[in-house]
Amino acid sequence: MTLRTPGADLPDHPDRLWRPAEPKRAYDVVIVGGGGHGLATAYYLAKNHGITNVAVLERGWLAGGNMARNTTIIRSNYLWDESVGIYEHALKLWEGLEEDLGYPLLFSQRGVLNLAHSLQDVRDSVRRVNANRLNGVDAEWLTPEQVKEVCPIVDISPHVRYPVLGGTYQPRAGIAKHDYVAWGFAKAAADLGVDMIEHCEVTGLDVRDGRVTGVQTTRGPIAAKKVALAAAGHSSVVAGYAGVSLPLQSHPLQALVSELLEPVHPTVVMSNAVHVYVSQAHKGELVMGAGIDAANSYRQRGAFHIIERQMSAALELFPVFARAHVLRTWGGVVDVTPDASPIVGLTPVEDLYVNCGWGTGGFKATPGVGWCYAHTVATGEPHPLNAPFSLDRFTTGKLVDEHGAAAVAH
Amino acid sequence: MLLIPCPWCGPRDEAEFHYGGQAHVAYPENPAALSDEEWARYLFFRDNPKGLFAERWSHTAGCRRWFNAVRDTATNEIHAVYRVGEPRPVTA
Ligand SMILES: Cc1cc2nc3c(=O)[nH]c(=O)nc-3n(C[C@H](O)[C@H](O)[C@H](O)COP(=O)(O)OP(=O)(O)OC[C@H]3O[C@@H](n4cnc5c(N)ncnc54)[C@H](O)[C@@H]3O)c2cc1C
Ligand SMILES: [Zn+2]
Repeated sequence: MTLRTPGADLPDHPDRLWRPAEPKRAYDVVIVGGGGHGLATAYYLAKNHGITNVAVLERGWLAGGNMARNTTIIRSNYLWDESVGIYEHALKLWEGLEEDLGYPLLFSQRGVLNLAHSLQDVRDSVRRVNANRLNGVDAEWLTPEQVKEVCPIVDISPHVRYPVLGGTYQPRAGIAKHDYVAWGFAKAAADLGVDMIEHCEVTGLDVRDGRVTGVQTTRGPIAAKKVALAAAGHSSVVAGYAGVSLPLQSHPLQALVSELLEPVHPTVVMSNAVHVYVSQAHKGELVMGAGIDAANSYRQRGAFHIIERQMSAALELFPVFARAHVLRTWGGVVDVTPDASPIVGLTPVEDLYVNCGWGTGGFKATPGVGWCYAHTVATGEPHPLNAPFSLDRFTTGKLVDEHGAAAVAH
Repeated sequence: MLLIPCPWCGPRDEAEFHYGGQAHVAYPENPAALSDEEWARYLFFRDNPKGLFAERWSHTAGCRRWFNAVRDTATNEIHAVYRVGEPRPVTA
């Protein structure tokens, strides 16, 4: 047997992919936040709508926020029609994205298993499978034995504290390489003329007669016909500059990786009940995460007991991990809404748009939200797929409650 | 991991506590008179500052009592703890 160097088959790190830009005095559209969503929005503004006089303003370096910190799970098996609409749109875009961007994304449709451990879990899961199928989303209910066939290292014995009673499976779900996704969008957008401006923090929004006219930044004022917020964990702070309050709470969300291991884990496994999810990255690390830290915080680190609990949950499901070592843990700041669904659309301030509230699960939506948010910003009207996710649903009461399909499952 | 000074028990590990979100959110005095916007504010909107935040904690694995804290969400530093019913202390 020849020894495989983990990661040997991955592409090398690229040289410079986009030109660094100096801020101009005015743009048609200023995007606040250079994470995945801001970059994808810039790309589709240019590509789908021909709007190229656009700047992406990023306070740190491009995609150094949650885009650099997420565990890259992609799926569309949410419960409600509204959610399936936007997440499945995103998944379809993922399926052609490498060709579209002309950049490798290591998009791997290795499937996602969501395990059930109680009768209530089973009922909820089967209901979700049925709802998914009615919406044309690939979804299957698997028995414990079928779970074992998909992922042989899961312990399905009845003797554990919370035995596996089955699981939902979405074969088209999977993972991608988050950094490459950001670089691919940034390069493609820059090639179409978008300015990528790093180390440029937005410190104020200029509002005159109920209309936004520009932004104040650490690199000077910049005028804008339209401003599109995509600041994820900092959305409340930035929207606050225009007096817009959002129903968000910012929480740390942690993840961790093991050292590099030979391939042992062929899919993605998530369990809301024992509260952990695990995949194996292309390079070989086991990638694990769980839920948010309970307390609000803007610090990109969380509490250690959260890590301890997710590790014990992982061991219960995967006894084979007992001797794996933790290599690295980290955290991001995620913006959580009351109904575990995002907020995308118009604000009470004219020409100011908001995209936020993706909380623990917005990576998978990156191309879909970029597509729809670009439409919203370009036309001034919500795209039909993000119309249900308007800010005013909290007043009308038409919430899109995805706590069941979101929770630990990102 | 936070070290949280319970006003009754003293400093204890965060894992002993349950979080209760923003403090000093009063139930509407006249619920029947609220507009939809006012209900939305009460039900769904909470402050989310990057900075000082008055919040509730319950010492669930200790004395089981609720209390309030003023914590800086940018640094996690706890500036004050005080009992339910007391006004928010002035902190720097
Ligand atoms: C540990 C972890 C695991 C996750 N796992 C998954 C997963 O498996 N699947 C999934 O779908 N999602 C997952 N997520 C969620 C996902 O990462 C986010 O929902 C998504 O990245 C948010 O969109 P974004 O990429 O634009 O955010 P970000 O990358 O955070 O972009 C926002 C940017 O705005 C910038 N910014 C903020 N304020 C300002 C300002 N004033 N001026 C200029 N710039 C500003 C920030 O610096 C940041 O770069 C996870 C998140 C975390 C933290
Ligand atoms: Zn106590």
